[in-house]
Amino acid sequence: MSNFSSIIKTFTLWELLKGMRVTLRYFFSKKITVLYPEEKTPQSPRFRGLHALRRYPNGEERCIACKLCQAVCPAAAITIESTVAEDGTRRTSSYDIDLFKCIYCGFCEEACPVDAIVETRVFEYHMEKRGQHIMTKEKLLAVGDKYEAIIAADRATDAKYR
Amino acid sequence: MTRTNMSQDKFTIEVNGVELEAKPGQMLIEVTDAAGIYIPRFCYHKKLSVAANCRMCLVEVEKAPKPLPACATPVMDGMKVSTKSANALEAQKSVMEFLLINHPLDCPICDQGGECELQDLAMGYGRDISRYAERKRVVRDKDIGPLISTDMTRCIHCTRCIRFGEEIAGLQELGAMGRGDRMKIGTFIEQSVDHELSGNVIDLCPVGALNSKPYRFSARAWEMIQHATIAPHDCFGSNLYAHVLNGRVKRMVPRSNEAVNETWISDRDRFSYEGIYAEDRLQSPMLKTNGQWQECSWPDALEKAASGMKALVDAHGGNALGALVSPSATTEEAYLAARVMRHLGSGNIDHRLRQQDFRGQQQDGLFPWLGMSIEEVSGLDAALLVGSNLRHEVPMMAHRIRKAALDGAAISLLNPEQFEYLFPIHESLVAEQLADELASLVKAAGAGAGFSEGVSSLLAGTPEPGESHQRLVASLSDAGNSAIFLGLISVRHADYATIRMLAAELAKLTNANLGYISEGANSGGASIAGALPHRGPSGEQLSSSGANAAEMAGGSCRGMLLLGVEPGSDCAGNMLQAVEAAELVVALTPFFSEQIKAHADVVLPVGTFAETSGTFVNAEGRWQSFSGVASPVGDSRPGWKVLRVLGNLLDMPDCDYQSSESVRDELKTALGPVEPGNSLDTAVKLADTLGERTTSSPADCALCIPVYQVDALVRRAKSLQMTRDARGHGEPEMRRSA
Repeated sequence: MSNFSSIIKTFTLWELLKGMRVTLRYFFSKKITVLYPEEKTPQSPRFRGLHALRRYPNGEERCIACKLCQAVCPAAAITIESTVAEDGTRRTSSYDIDLFKCIYCGFCEEACPVDAIVETRVFEYHMEKRGQHIMTKEKLLAVGDKYEAIIAADRATDAKYR
Repeated sequence: MTRTNMSQDKFTIEVNGVELEAKPGQMLIEVTDAAGIYIPRFCYHKKLSVAANCRMCLVEVEKAPKPLPACATPVMDGMKVSTKSANALEAQKSVMEFLLINHPLDCPICDQGGECELQDLAMGYGRDISRYAERKRVVRDKDIGPLISTDMTRCIHCTRCIRFGEEIAGLQELGAMGRGDRMKIGTFIEQSVDHELSGNVIDLCPVGALNSKPYRFSARAWEMIQHATIAPHDCFGSNLYAHVLNGRVKRMVPRSNEAVNETWISDRDRFSYEGIYAEDRLQSPMLKTNGQWQECSWPDALEKAASGMKALVDAHGGNALGALVSPSATTEEAYLAARVMRHLGSGNIDHRLRQQDFRGQQQDGLFPWLGMSIEEVSGLDAALLVGSNLRHEVPMMAHRIRKAALDGAAISLLNPEQFEYLFPIHESLVAEQLADELASLVKAAGAGAGFSEGVSSLLAGTPEPGESHQRLVASLSDAGNSAIFLGLISVRHADYATIRMLAAELAKLTNANLGYISEGANSGGASIAGALPHRGPSGEQLSSSGANAAEMAGGSCRGMLLLGVEPGSDCAGNMLQAVEAAELVVALTPFFSEQIKAHADVVLPVGTFAETSGTFVNAEGRWQSFSGVASPVGDSRPGWKVLRVLGNLLDMPDCDYQSSESVRDELKTALGPVEPGNSLDTAVKLADTLGERTTSSPADCALCIPVYQVDALVRRAKSLQMTRDARGHGEPEMRRSA
């Protein structure tokens, strides 16, 4: 009996028709895809993308080289060297994040006592050459400078939950 | 009731329901510490007096109306203490809240962060939110010298640094001014903190108020790896921990060892690590060809060195070659250097680079022994220091002597000039001619008894003893436990043999121990290893003696092997000229100094004490082995490996050592058990062994090497070179009035 029905199904292309029914249903239902990159999906203010180092409004670097982000980083992606700055304060002489090691967990951001290292909403970036995956201090500060407005707005939105 | 209690020699107390035994007079915190029950504290330190001003150690004692500070509460029989009851915890938490009123919340930028006692205890006893909205106190920082950085806003007024200055250093450089929250720690008159042990306040400070200046902001406590090592500058052999980050030494801190350095170390041991990364560190082996230095590979350099030495020995015989071994080289290096030299047929090897008078060397002991253990020094009843600026020679030994002096020991001095000692001094003799003064002392000690001919010849023409001589001798002979120490000024003295003989005679007459302060970290090890012209390894008597350092300085060698030595700065006499005149100079050195650059032909980069494994034998004869703690700088290699390969290239038999331990074990096995002794032969032999008395050189003060000039490493430690002690010696009066 089962043998008989399977022969019928085979010759009437029943499985194909079943699949086409799903196709037909989705053809008329509401679309959930976007035309990336012209259209983009909404992002949370807590989005954890490319890292940035922030500055204070007067241009002074926030980072104080406390190395708490380096200590908390589960992937050991952060390498910091600290030194005494010209004005006698504690500053980084180098701050490197290895984007290949980073797992974007956001612990560095949570550990930072001065909101210096943050993860921005930027997720569309690429490297073309070897070594470009190391985000140096200059690159991180440049990212921070570029997106400061949105970074600051996001921190403000999220502040009451922290 | 009290009387019966005090007559008991043991009390039983109960802490948190556990019965503990205590001795009368002990403070509660000592008993709980010994039992492993932790009571939080800031101002209490086991090596300092009790101040009881932080109040953090408040505990509840049965029948006491209020919580009592455990550090200042003597135990009573049957006392019932609770360290964790609700009342005790309430008191401790309240004290913590008070302490945090004015302490800044700058842990992320504080070097103490991660190893801070206040931070740790705030985790356990602090509130999560402060109840104070008032402004915090701010205190202006002081510049107290190149070694210690200050952030006085962080100070919690535990007064440990003040008590350290008073009780341990003997020089109260830091003090408190003002009361209550206006109390400030500082130097009284604006001056730097210069004592040679002052760096210990960095460890004592429970918060980040006093920190290491050279280390400032360069690493965090948790990211460094701690390795045990031994201090490389003096014969004390302080135990250290090196804190290493990415293979680089970031700082040195003391490693507690009650038998040696207790919990302290000298500034020289603490800050000399900066020299490891000096600018003139030799990065790779180099050859001088036609007057030009060229980098080369290790095989080429070793081949050149080996063939050069071999050719020299073949042409002119073994005695054309001489070796100078640094007294701070490891025992293994000294042993292998001596083996290589003797294999080449040369007996010219010496580590006594600053010694001038070798007449009495046949009477040397196995190694220059202190005559007692270091621990026993602080238990002496009387001592005489002959020719020693001990605070600069061996700062930690000066601390031990000071401990003895404060316990009532009569410490006397005999020096060519007045040195500053920070303890009560029984008698201080200052004389250009150390030997003359010693002779007077011997006369005073042996009054009545006739001297043998040998001693008489040394005593002839010397001044008669005065009253101070009599008092000094009486203090030595009346004491149950007395010692005579020959300091480095004696050892470097042109009349050393006479001084030593007279000191030995005086020791015999007054029933005192004779002890030596020795050069470098490892004169003991180098002597045992046979880096001596007249002795083989383990003190073996040789039939013929090679040239000693003074003879080599006279230019007796055509070829020189230098092991960690800078001939111009580390040696007495005209060693630099001798090295300049030599045809072949092979230098195993960590540093490519101008002297080496000008006169060497082959330089082989070897590691400093931080990069090599090895053993130091300190003045008391304690063998202390350590492993390499830091990555080698450049292409440098441990000295013992370089010497081993040199031995291989020179076809030296039995030279297949796989580790420095195997070198050490070979020597130690051959040595067997040691009974160190300093007894010189009877006085009758004096005249036979010693020639005519030489008049002492007028430049005795030049025998006193400044504390931060003793070896190549410390000369390159930048911060130490900026201290007052580095700028000159023997000007205590100027320092005080400055």
